Amino acid sequence: MAEYESHDFDVVIIGAGGAGLRAAIEASATGARTALVCKSLLGKAHTVMAEGGVAAALGNVWPEDNWKVHFRDTMRGGKMLNNWRMAQLHALESPERVLELEEWGAVFDRTPDGRILQRDFGGHRYARLAHVGDRTGLELLRTCQQRAVGLGIEVFMECKIVRLLQDDSGAVNGALGFWRESGKLVAFGAKAVVLASGGVGKTWKFTSNSWESTGDGHALALWAGADMIDMECVQFHPTGMVWPPSARGLLVTEGVRGDGGVLRNSEGRRFMFDYISDFFAKETADTIEEGDQWYENKKDFRRPPELLPRDEVARSINSEIKAGRGSPHGGVFLDIASRRSPEYIRRRLPSMYHQFKELADVDITKEPMEIGPTLHYIMGGVRVEADTAATTVPGLYAAGEVAGGMHGANRLGGNSLSDLLVFGRRAGQSAAEHALGRSGTVIDNAQVDAVSAQSLAPFERDSGENPYTVHQDLQDTMQSLVGIIRNESELLEAKEKLGELDERASKVGVEGHRQFNPGWHLALDLESMLAVAHCTTLGAIERRESRGGHTREDYPEPDPELGKVNMVTRMRDGAVVVVREPLPEMPDELKTLFEEAH
Amino acid sequence: MATPTRESTASTARPEATAPTPPATVTLRLWRGDEAGGEFRDYTVENLGGEVVLDVVHRIQAEQAPDLAVRWNCKAGKCGSCSAEVNGRPRLMCMTRMSTLDVSEPVTVSPLRGNPIVRDLVTDVSYNYAVARRIPPFQPGPREPDGTYRMKQVDADRVQEFRKCIECFLCQNVCHVIRDHEDNKPNFAGPRYFARLAELEMHPLDVLDRRELISSDLGIGLCNITKCCTEVCPEGIHITDNAIIPLKERVVDARYDPIAWLGRKIRRRPDPTPAKVAASFAPAAKTGEVISTDAPTRAED
Repeated sequence: MAEYESHDFDVVIIGAGGAGLRAAIEASATGARTALVCKSLLGKAHTVMAEGGVAAALGNVWPEDNWKVHFRDTMRGGKMLNNWRMAQLHALESPERVLELEEWGAVFDRTPDGRILQRDFGGHRYARLAHVGDRTGLELLRTCQQRAVGLGIEVFMECKIVRLLQDDSGAVNGALGFWRESGKLVAFGAKAVVLASGGVGKTWKFTSNSWESTGDGHALALWAGADMIDMECVQFHPTGMVWPPSARGLLVTEGVRGDGGVLRNSEGRRFMFDYISDFFAKETADTIEEGDQWYENKKDFRRPPELLPRDEVARSINSEIKAGRGSPHGGVFLDIASRRSPEYIRRRLPSMYHQFKELADVDITKEPMEIGPTLHYIMGGVRVEADTAATTVPGLYAAGEVAGGMHGANRLGGNSLSDLLVFGRRAGQSAAEHALGRSGTVIDNAQVDAVSAQSLAPFERDSGENPYTVHQDLQDTMQSLVGIIRNESELLEAKEKLGELDERASKVGVEGHRQFNPGWHLALDLESMLAVAHCTTLGAIERRESRGGHTREDYPEPDPELGKVNMVTRMRDGAVVVVREPLPEMPDELKTLFEEAH
Repeated sequence: MATPTRESTASTARPEATAPTPPATVTLRLWRGDEAGGEFRDYTVENLGGEVVLDVVHRIQAEQAPDLAVRWNCKAGKCGSCSAEVNGRPRLMCMTRMSTLDVSEPVTVSPLRGNPIVRDLVTDVSYNYAVARRIPPFQPGPREPDGTYRMKQVDADRVQEFRKCIECFLCQNVCHVIRDHEDNKPNFAGPRYFARLAELEMHPLDVLDRRELISSDLGIGLCNITKCCTEVCPEGIHITDNAIIPLKERVVDARYDPIAWLGRKIRRRPDPTPAKVAASFAPAAKTGEVISTDAPTRAED
């Protein structure tokens, strides 16, 4: 029998980014004995990378703003594929969640009368993003981290969870993992588990995501029998760095465009005016003169097309590059230097200034940046009930990027940080309430033994393939065949290659011993990334239309019928299958918000 | 001890233009080992240009040493995970461009010397998390009548400087109060946490008085302002000038205020922290039960 260290809690939260911390704070406040388990050190989660802000209709800058406008923007940005109830709760509750952060010590930038300042972002009708320069994610994470530490919540750092544990009825009753530092096995008994594990970016080659974003929570849920929805909807952020190679994919905040930056091709043309789709034509400026006046006067002028939702901008950049009008290193130009003063740029975008200066030797107050699309976010994820964040498996909850539905087919900038807070809190509360109604849990040693043996198998295969090689091939496959523009034949080819990669991943070998061994950690992460890759590819094959972050060149238009369904992926008999299921229907009183003239 | 200095990042040349013929290979001299001991080993890889130290470490991992232990997350200078000593200078590996280093000889990368070794480039940073638990958290005063909190941007600016901290702990690593005197650790917060305390003390909305704690338990007096911390801060936070010196002044003001002195004489100063918070200063209880004959090396952090 495997030897393992054991802990017992009411609620175990997997992931200590914004959603996990917010869930932990709420679960603890609800009275549950709560543990936070994370793969890195506390305070390093990918949330720190969020730059531009947290979207909330506070109405501090534009009193006209309210939850209904935010809700409408979110649904339209998501191409109406969103779970309407999640979008509604998000728009209703995000102002309260932001004000709560202030009560916990967050220091947002201020309006002249001392309230929280809000900035413009793509797809948001009004300046709506509460922010701290361009390091809002760090502020949010640190605030929640300090709050959680102040409450004395137990944190288990550098622990990789490999499987959820389930009782005879299938309900989740714990999680099993390994300490990264010692390589030893650890089991957490739990009456409820919250997945808050973030994204999947490392499945692709060029991504803004950190090493942790390997889809662990998606895979844990899938293996436990949970439904996933719309995994084909991934977001390529329009502006990632393209040069130097080591910085390729690093995020350049949308705040650059919100603060006046524009996109130009190699001919110097502001090409976004050539790509305004009918869907957004009514609310988008069609001349440079009008667009430029919008920054100061949002009542009388329409927004410039550089601030269309991210899917629209990313596809347009892709088209310009393909047409041969790209920049020297295969991107396009993002120019704020010619439009705003150096002082303004340094004050509004300090970390962008620093990032380009340090990594690319580019002074963004003097020269344009070279940028191109980078994989940034997955809208799809674990299917949850809107009000409770409950998945389709009893005892299992999900919040933040790992959960699907909130953002539909495309996420608006700034809606992620607010998502973390709104649904992190709801998940923590629901999980705690569920846990308080249950008696103790018993860990099933047979499950522990089986998982342990499987996880340690790479050490037995001295001559097995290097996991780094398999990972690189997976990234190449997803980048080239399941990338920003897709078609049936490439997707089918990807599906076949994923089968081969499964086979190779099951035979990888690792050198050395279990103590802090990155090769072994990657071998474990590979399983998660492959699970994600299967779901995304199957969903992408089945969604024969173009919608939001999912673009099919063989089906370039949205299909109204497919706009009414989720692509549901789940495990059946050891394999991932995909089926169409209808979206929850929006009540009539909310539908009217979309009928009003803009 | 040589005082580590912040290496100039003002290199004006582009990476591909620094030398007429860049060397075909680069060699990193990496420390490999664990708490029992170890050695430096050389790893030579192709010189691709445009890389940072962490990129080269990653290629060595992928091609030659898959079990090479290193911490990293964002690779963008925002998370503070990949701290190490590059040619003896405490740096973030993700923000140290190879083109700023002399690659005609091996580049030495070693773990932070101020921390116990875990393995290879990974060190035990748990001291920092223990200090964090000793700091009484933010406590706001009442809201304005309209339900908002108001503060001026100029007041926010002062606090935001400290809140830029990415917790890379380079400042903790070079602070000689603890680097050279392990026994000071229980009585000294270190520069990272003086910045945190300064942030709380200067926060326009915070109402808690932490001065007694800062001077007694957290040992501000031990700092003799050599500014090593400020020099290594990758975020350019003026830790000594803007955090530590003002804190020292505030603590002195509190200590020599005759009314406060009288108050301390007559009765013990009431603990300014709520009971719930005070309880959390103690390390969290170890709840781990070991189902094993083999004792675990750690139960929690």
